[in-house]
Amino acid sequence: MQAFTKKDILDMTSLSVEEMSLILDTAERMKEISERPVKKVPTLRGKTVILFFYEPSTRTRTSFDIAAKRLSADSISLSGSTSSMVKGETLLDTARNLEAMKPDIIVLRHSSSGAPYILAKSLKASIVNAGDGMHAHPSQSLLDMLTVREHRGKLKGLRISIIGDITHSRVARSNCVGFSKMGAHVTVCAPPTLIPKGMASSYGVHVTHQMKEAVADADVIMMLRIQKERQSGFFFPSEREYSRLYGLNREMMAYAKSDVLIMHPGPINRGLEISPEVADGPHSIILDQVTSGIAVRMAILYLVTGGA
Amino acid sequence: MQILIKGARVIDPGKMDALMDIRVDNGVIADIQPPGVILPLDSAVIVYDAAGCIATPGLIDMHVHFREPGQEYKETIATGCSAAAAGGFAAVCTMPNTCPVNDNAQVTRFILSRAAEACGVRVYPVGAVSKSLEGKSLSEFAELKAAGAIAVTDDGMPVRSSLMMRRAMEYATGIGLLIISHCEDLELASGGCMNEGETATRLGLSGIPNIAETLMVLRDIALSELTGARLHIAHVSTFESVRAIREAKRNGIPVTAETAPHYFTLTEEAVGAYNTHAKMNPPLRTQKDVNAVCEGLADGTIDVIATDHAPHSPVEKAVEFDHAANGVIGLETSLALGLRLVASGVLSMTGLVEKMSSNPARILGLTSTLSVGVPADITVFSPERAWTVDARQFRSMSRNTPFDDWVLKGKAMLTMVGGKVVFDEMT
Repeated sequence: MQAFTKKDILDMTSLSVEEMSLILDTAERMKEISERPVKKVPTLRGKTVILFFYEPSTRTRTSFDIAAKRLSADSISLSGSTSSMVKGETLLDTARNLEAMKPDIIVLRHSSSGAPYILAKSLKASIVNAGDGMHAHPSQSLLDMLTVREHRGKLKGLRISIIGDITHSRVARSNCVGFSKMGAHVTVCAPPTLIPKGMASSYGVHVTHQMKEAVADADVIMMLRIQKERQSGFFFPSEREYSRLYGLNREMMAYAKSDVLIMHPGPINRGLEISPEVADGPHSIILDQVTSGIAVRMAILYLVTGGA
Repeated sequence: MQILIKGARVIDPGKMDALMDIRVDNGVIADIQPPGVILPLDSAVIVYDAAGCIATPGLIDMHVHFREPGQEYKETIATGCSAAAAGGFAAVCTMPNTCPVNDNAQVTRFILSRAAEACGVRVYPVGAVSKSLEGKSLSEFAELKAAGAIAVTDDGMPVRSSLMMRRAMEYATGIGLLIISHCEDLELASGGCMNEGETATRLGLSGIPNIAETLMVLRDIALSELTGARLHIAHVSTFESVRAIREAKRNGIPVTAETAPHYFTLTEEAVGAYNTHAKMNPPLRTQKDVNAVCEGLADGTIDVIATDHAPHSPVEKAVEFDHAANGVIGLETSLALGLRLVASGVLSMTGLVEKMSSNPARILGLTSTLSVGVPADITVFSPERAWTVDARQFRSMSRNTPFDDWVLKGKAMLTMVGGKVVFDEMT
């Protein structure tokens, strides 16, 4: 097996197809650990993982925390409000202080796009981006790919439609890069106000504003959370109209392929971007994504500390 | 004391372009003659051998931020003047967004008194259009002017109210003050931190569209037409703004415009991997905009090259991109970047001197000439000398330049203000 040489995982752009495949293959092997009666291996014993979450997150932090613990690493959670950030310390100063405590990995969630680069440039610890602003969320993208691969046995040639607030979504950006690199065809769908300028050309994806078009040919439909605050920025007139045009419900599912997979990175606005019967229906693999998340994050923590 | 500058190519746009010797006596230009005609009169004469160099009227940067009073850890008037001198500038116009804001005579006088203690570069304070730059009530233009303000602007905090801008322009015509406008529709800019487009989309940064600038350029041109007020548009960065200004000039509206070296040198790609030294307002745009700015300089639509020298410390810059302050420093790289336009054929050498001296002087009502009897504000530069930008060596207190490590050609060798040498790299 090839070695993984990256110190950090910052975005999907900097990962090669081989590196992504290695992470997915490793994650697949890691899955079994979570099925054991004793869900723990000693692989990362003696390693320290700091979960530095400057922005609130339950799902991703818990997922990384469980991943670290199943590999026997010591994980410490630090949130924006409990760190010195509130006292006016800069991100870099806080990070240098953390580094002085000799962690092996810092998992960073931050509201500013590019924040992990600041740490990666100046710290010896491995930096794992757990979501930065609107920029990237590589572990989410990798777990999405793992989930699809498990259900379809491949990624190449599949049609992936990402529907929802593309402008503000790091999940959409990372998945556009990740799935495209793996040979899938990505379509993004939203009202024009929620597609950033130059989306098609900078990501090489197909852009549509018609939900039916996005649904019709898709092997995978990935719904994104729509934040209610966007209404005040004039991105759309009302939740009611948004839901009518871009909500995934039973009527819209009539246009979909019979074996389509439905995904959502969560948290779900039930009844807004996705109706409960679809979210809980037979096509939904939303909870599989959560399970894959642990395995992918175990693989990431393992590989950046020099595993494989 | 007498000074003799020997053998330079003397460019005084519209008047002279020839190899000449210049004699300075008692602060004024005493004589300009072909080489060898002027003989050193006595041993007290300082002689500069300027062969291979170009001597021009002192360069003027009509858009700088010196952070005094209020943020002296970024730049003081003294260090700013020193940086200006090293960049070949004999005069600068300082923007009013100090703390306190230069919206009254006391602050204007304070700036002038600090300038008088600095190296000698002429400092022309620009007052605020509105009190505290808040856009609520007008500053006292007449008092500002009497104290020494050369123009008024709400640079960085653009006047939102069209009514207030109209009144400011009308009122300024009665006082005879120039209005400088930082054109930006803050709502359309909507908190963006770089140019809207492919790069911002890739980096996940919120974008500022061209129209945020151009819409206000169009508004202010319309208000200038209505009021007859002279309007100077600061730091033009977009294709559409250049087009609008060209059209306005064709229609005889009294508008002038400047751009900054980074807008004709760099595109949004300089942001790279979240480089905060490529973050400024307006943001770096695309190649199409860079080309339009160059065309605007070439055809006279854009009158002036000004730096928008905006010093910041690492406290403001070594942070997350969206939290980083806007602005880059430019005094010590402007001339060399301007010379790239000469090398690429956008401007003639005379054209560059116009953009950096004659035109700002005309717009501001200052003197820029090398005639016998005028105060000796002279810049001598080597157009060929190659050097590597090293921000740590800057005389500015700040290091926030996107041009660090660039190899540039052309450098100021001697800067003289009223016969006083304020920068000398010849001896």
